[in-house]
Amino acid sequence: MRQIGKGIKKIDSSAIVEGKALYTLDLTDQKALIVKVLRSPHASAKIIAIDKSRALSVPGIVGIYTYEDVPQHRFTLAGQSYPEPSPYDRLILENRVRFVGDSVAIIAAKTKKAAQKAMRMIKVEYEVLEPLLDPKKSLDHEILVHDEEDIHFNLPQEVQKYNAKRNLLGQIDEHFGEDVDEVLASLPHVVEGAYETQAAQQCMMETFRSYSYLDMQGRLVVISSTQVPFHIKRQLARALQISTSRIRVIKPRVGGGFGAKQTSVTEIYCAFVTLKTGLPALCMYDRKESFASGNTRHAMSMRVRMGADEEGLIRAIKIDALSDQGAYGEHCWTTLGLVGEKTLPLYNKTKASAFHGKVVYTNKELAGAYRGYGATQGCFAVESLVDDLASVLQLDPVEFRQRNIVKEGEKTASYGKRILSCKLEECIIKGKEMIGWDEKFPCKDMGDGRIRSVGMAITMQGSGIAHIDMSTVNIKLNEGGDYTLFMSPTDVGTGADTILLQMAAEELNTDMDHIITVIADTDLTPYDPGSYASSGTYVTGNAVIHACRDIKHKILEKAAALRDVPVENLELHNEEIIDKVSGEKIELRMISEALSAGPEGETLFGFGSFGSKTSPPPFMAGFVEIELNTWTGKVDLIDFVAVVDCGTIINENLATVQVEGGIAQGIGYALYEDVKFSEKGKLMSNSFMQYKIPTRQDVGTIRVAFEKSFEPSGPFGAKSIGEIVINTPAPAIGNAIFHATGKRFTSLPITPEDVLLALHEG
Amino acid sequence: MQIELIINEEQHRIEIDPDALLIDVIRQCGYTGTKRGCDTTNCGLCTVWIDGLPMLSCSFLAVRAQGKKITTIEGVQEEAAVFGSFLASEGGEQCGFCSPGFIMNVLALKRDHSDASEEEINRYLVGNLCRCTGYQSQLRAIRKYLEA
Repeated sequence: MRQIGKGIKKIDSSAIVEGKALYTLDLTDQKALIVKVLRSPHASAKIIAIDKSRALSVPGIVGIYTYEDVPQHRFTLAGQSYPEPSPYDRLILENRVRFVGDSVAIIAAKTKKAAQKAMRMIKVEYEVLEPLLDPKKSLDHEILVHDEEDIHFNLPQEVQKYNAKRNLLGQIDEHFGEDVDEVLASLPHVVEGAYETQAAQQCMMETFRSYSYLDMQGRLVVISSTQVPFHIKRQLARALQISTSRIRVIKPRVGGGFGAKQTSVTEIYCAFVTLKTGLPALCMYDRKESFASGNTRHAMSMRVRMGADEEGLIRAIKIDALSDQGAYGEHCWTTLGLVGEKTLPLYNKTKASAFHGKVVYTNKELAGAYRGYGATQGCFAVESLVDDLASVLQLDPVEFRQRNIVKEGEKTASYGKRILSCKLEECIIKGKEMIGWDEKFPCKDMGDGRIRSVGMAITMQGSGIAHIDMSTVNIKLNEGGDYTLFMSPTDVGTGADTILLQMAAEELNTDMDHIITVIADTDLTPYDPGSYASSGTYVTGNAVIHACRDIKHKILEKAAALRDVPVENLELHNEEIIDKVSGEKIELRMISEALSAGPEGETLFGFGSFGSKTSPPPFMAGFVEIELNTWTGKVDLIDFVAVVDCGTIINENLATVQVEGGIAQGIGYALYEDVKFSEKGKLMSNSFMQYKIPTRQDVGTIRVAFEKSFEPSGPFGAKSIGEIVINTPAPAIGNAIFHATGKRFTSLPITPEDVLLALHEG
Repeated sequence: MQIELIINEEQHRIEIDPDALLIDVIRQCGYTGTKRGCDTTNCGLCTVWIDGLPMLSCSFLAVRAQGKKITTIEGVQEEAAVFGSFLASEGGEQCGFCSPGFIMNVLALKRDHSDASEEEINRYLVGNLCRCTGYQSQLRAIRKYLEA
């Protein structure tokens, strides 16, 4: 392998570290109109009247738009393949606001100051309504978050089981094997737990932003910090009621996404202004707006029951989940599904398992996609309870898991997944050794009120969305014998562009610098839904391989015809075609030059599409050592060991950093980060002062190792890595605290106050 | 009002509002490497040097920089490339949005505390947030850079 597995630098690294103009704002015309959105101060209200006359007189104001000015076709901003399983429940502006921070008016001005001044001068008369804030009261509540008649769901009612008149966005009822309640009743050891996971913010360093203008043909061009350019094109066409052929979306370098940018946020506002005025427009959220009017992880309440037999085998697991969607339905039903789908199959000795879930509206900032996407919440609940069950059985929690986990070659009892690649057990064994489990479990008193302890958790995710994700990649042989790769992954910093180029170079047996890349521009590059759902390596990667094989075949056919030899004799190596029989070599450039002139001329294109019927799961084990201070309740991270099976590793460095970054984000979710709303539904945690993401002093040492399996359906045997890595910190840390104190914390984040209070309860 | 700034050794005479922040003025002058990540002086993305000292340009009034020497990432391209190469070799630049501010602080660390211990490195750079990397690759790169 020339490229695969190497720690190659990202192809954009020099430009990034030298601070070149690469991001949306850097590419924005300084004269672009500034677009600001007036926000609702109420969690639920009707707009009776808006008086914008005074605001319009502010010098520099170009336009102020309200609900009367926008098209009346509801849409979703969820970046999902059509038909989206998220309801069309929003308008660009509406005479109804559903959360604090919902949009009321769009202001377009020549300067930010003018926009801000005008914003203060718009008079809005609201009929303030009682908000519905508690998801546990939402179902069948008399307050309806969406009472409009034209709300639209794409999927059949019997599939998604929604009912907006009940505040219900979707329901899932899945059961596998025997009757789960009967099996639970028959088991000698049954444990139960109720878990609360908080909403959380992705906190990518680059806040939401997009820039739009009209090109020379009057077409709308949107440069956006997004993960989903093709979905945005479709959304804009519907929201603005214009043809998709009038829209081009370009993704430049993006300053992080983590799923936040799988929902479009700012695009509709600047695009609307550009269409209204014909002028370039920039809509950029500040950090406070990004916090308050972006999207969060779904807060969930989960109840899990689990039972084991006398041999220590988990025979039944039942999960009930309630997911808080907030005010609009982006990613409602699909996130819910992953709570069960990415937890239950891990334990494969079950006779019965079941997942029941509901997702409901509330009058709060909407939830959307966030790395892990439901699996993270489910992992906290299930992995906490597995530890409890081990404790009841008086078994070492590591060994208990080893007895019960899924193995390579098995079909999972839950969800019927065929597991063709799995080194989960090896991950557990290696992680246990690296953390020093046998010497450290359960805990050690360090004196002065300090206790050191260890905890662990396991998890799985997917690689793309089975039956839904697909990607197309094209590659062109250029006249000079080099190639151009056209593809639409949405590298938001992960290195997707680089690893896909590595795959192309490997497949074509050439160097990476012989391949030009054209990436993620809806006018120029083929369809790909975007990099989310851990799809970049697996789905787009397979499409890259198909495209490269196609062009290789076409090149060799041309060469064979030119030399009048059988195509089977020929092989592409570096920039040469070698006749294996005669030993003769032809420069690839000779072929490409010959094809670029005269009546026989032709440009060779390789085409590759890939969509999968399966979503092969990566697996991992996370082990943590903490130091808990019983005097203060503070939990310090000492060491986190993450051992991952993501199949073949395409780029060792980039894979390692994916793991380290995900673990740190998971540590934040476990201990620090909390989205808090006031009693009236106002977001209280709207800056880094209140919403604490980990600094470099908060994460301890993170160590990463890989146990490589080979996924037969993956590109070069690879599976995904992007999402799985955020799942284990919360349960592993919770389990370590349990081992240190005997106290089980069932809601996140686990703060020093929580720990101290629990310790004082005795 | 009009002020004079020396940005990366180049003289700029600029018309600004009295309340203009340095970050916005720098960017208006074309130095777009400097980024804004928050509004509350928590993230460190906007770090530049003012008379050689790392400062947050998001909370520095442009008018206060009158006559001062401002250095942005564009003014330290060679050093940024040297450290950047260590960083990229670890895969530690990731999305890169925090890189310019972070690198300005790392270069100052090398200049002023080239023998910094791991703990001192983490303390010095604690105001530079990063959401992608979990900081480990950055630390590996810094240690190699300080040793180089």
